[in-house]
Amino acid sequence: MVVFAIFSASRLVTNDYFFFAGYLVLQFVVLATAWNILGGYTGYVNFGTAGFFALGAYSSVVLHKLFGPPIPVLIVVGGVVSGIVGFGMGYLTLRLRGVFFAIATLALAIVLETLITNWDYVGGSRGVYIIRPAQAPLIGSYIQYLFLLMLTLAGIAVATARSIEHSTLGYGLAAIRDDEQAAEAAGVPTLRLKLVSTTLSGAFMGMAGAPLPYYVTYLDPASGFNLSYAVNSIAMPLIGGTTGWLGPLIGAVLLGTIQQVATVTISSALNLLIVGVLLVAFVVIAPNGIIGLIETRGRRRRG
Amino acid sequence: MGVTLDLLLNAITSGLLLGGFYAAVSVGVAISFGMLDIANLAHPAFIILGSFTAYILNGTFGMDPIVAGIVVLPGFFLLGAAIYQIYYLSFERRGEESLRGLAFFFGILFITEVTLILIFGVDYRFVEAPYIGPTLRLGIVDLPLRMLVPCVCSLIMVGGLQLSLSRTFLGRAILAVAQDGPALRLLAINPSRVKLVAFAISIATAAIAGSFLIIIQPVEPSIGREYIGRVFAICVMGGMGSFPGMLLAAMLLGVVESITATFYGPSWSPAVAFGFLLLTLAFRPSGILGR
Repeated sequence: MVVFAIFSASRLVTNDYFFFAGYLVLQFVVLATAWNILGGYTGYVNFGTAGFFALGAYSSVVLHKLFGPPIPVLIVVGGVVSGIVGFGMGYLTLRLRGVFFAIATLALAIVLETLITNWDYVGGSRGVYIIRPAQAPLIGSYIQYLFLLMLTLAGIAVATARSIEHSTLGYGLAAIRDDEQAAEAAGVPTLRLKLVSTTLSGAFMGMAGAPLPYYVTYLDPASGFNLSYAVNSIAMPLIGGTTGWLGPLIGAVLLGTIQQVATVTISSALNLLIVGVLLVAFVVIAPNGIIGLIETRGRRRRG
Repeated sequence: MGVTLDLLLNAITSGLLLGGFYAAVSVGVAISFGMLDIANLAHPAFIILGSFTAYILNGTFGMDPIVAGIVVLPGFFLLGAAIYQIYYLSFERRGEESLRGLAFFFGILFITEVTLILIFGVDYRFVEAPYIGPTLRLGIVDLPLRMLVPCVCSLIMVGGLQLSLSRTFLGRAILAVAQDGPALRLLAINPSRVKLVAFAISIATAAIAGSFLIIIQPVEPSIGREYIGRVFAICVMGGMGSFPGMLLAAMLLGVVESITATFYGPSWSPAVAFGFLLLTLAFRPSGILGR
């Protein structure tokens, strides 16, 4: 419903820039929500968002070169590939303490980047050009088509995160976050739950990346694996609030919009600095993010 | 390119020299992560910061880069103390160090990197010193002084730290914190005070390591990222807080990276460190010398 309403409203906007900027904000909604399914719900920090994201993008590049299927197919494939990698990664490292998992995700992103940089078929370090059709089926403007896809994906991601929260899975994950050993002792199958959430989280990141080659039309490893994806996908949930589905959404819309405005008006290096400073400021001063701030204020007023 | 003996010997030698330098890069993390259990992801960013302070002092006063690294030591020490104080008050005291502490250091890494980019741009910077350029030749093996000097100085630094850890009162207190913090409290020693000093020392080593780095290669702000994998790989492989293990792991990584770069090309070398790290975490999380 919400997805449909936003899209019908946005059809009234004729300016293409709105769709360009909106796509990026929605992409961050998907990434932040995906990150939070693992990071916020279980407390395991994933620094490798850029790796999963670029994996989705590059699996699209490969399929595009092979036979060029429609983008929804690419999104599914990107999700499956990144989900499998997420599963493998989790299987190898989730038995260790959270810190090691965090460092391993960072390592994974760089290993993947090196592999892609040295793989000539997908352009290597020179990058690859994707020629996209001028018109999209039914909708017309191609950028609007991409926008609609990302909007749908964001809707699915947020709905998934929301339904996890109040399911057996969600309660199990929250138990892991609060005290993993106690959860394990109480009979929560911790490893299995962590694997499910790592796989889901990785899959959504890959899906978010899959349409990227069509959006940018030129993709090279340095931009696909850009560390700003990792920073943003951590900063957005932490700024919004990590315990529920609403936090990443608020954080992504807020930070995403600020960055769009800052990139246009100031400079792109400076807007990354803003994200970094906000991230550090929020984890130090407001550990539960904006949602936490609102809740404590509400409690004070009542009590 | 065929595998010839002199090529292989040279690859191994330069790998060992590189490994000596990696020890200087990792010693700070061996202290902060290995002993104090603080996952300081921002350590490589401070190393780059050290490179840039050495670059400024070298460029404006013609100071030797290693001397420059020693000159800025007190500044880095204070910076480290300040960061630990924030970390302690906001995370460690509340017992929330895992998720938010990691995000905190990641944010600091990012802020440092972007600030350096805003000030210096993404150009490669280098320093000048008499030992950058000449090469010693021992038979068929080349010993470039620009690698040899940092390697020797680094071994001196690691050895000195090891000695002061095992001989001085403060050093033993740091080792004790690493083993059992609460027990120290029973001896009327404040563990967080000891950790403050130890963390400040770990950041101070970044000043020196940074000056070694800019001697070995030209530096631009974002190359710090490659070192995240290296330092943590070395630290974990070396068995966390152990200096001899760390030295061995650093040499091993240096040699493997150097051989990879010689025979497959340098574009593969970042994957070596991170691949090592992934394999160690997956199969030998207690380190190569671990049980």
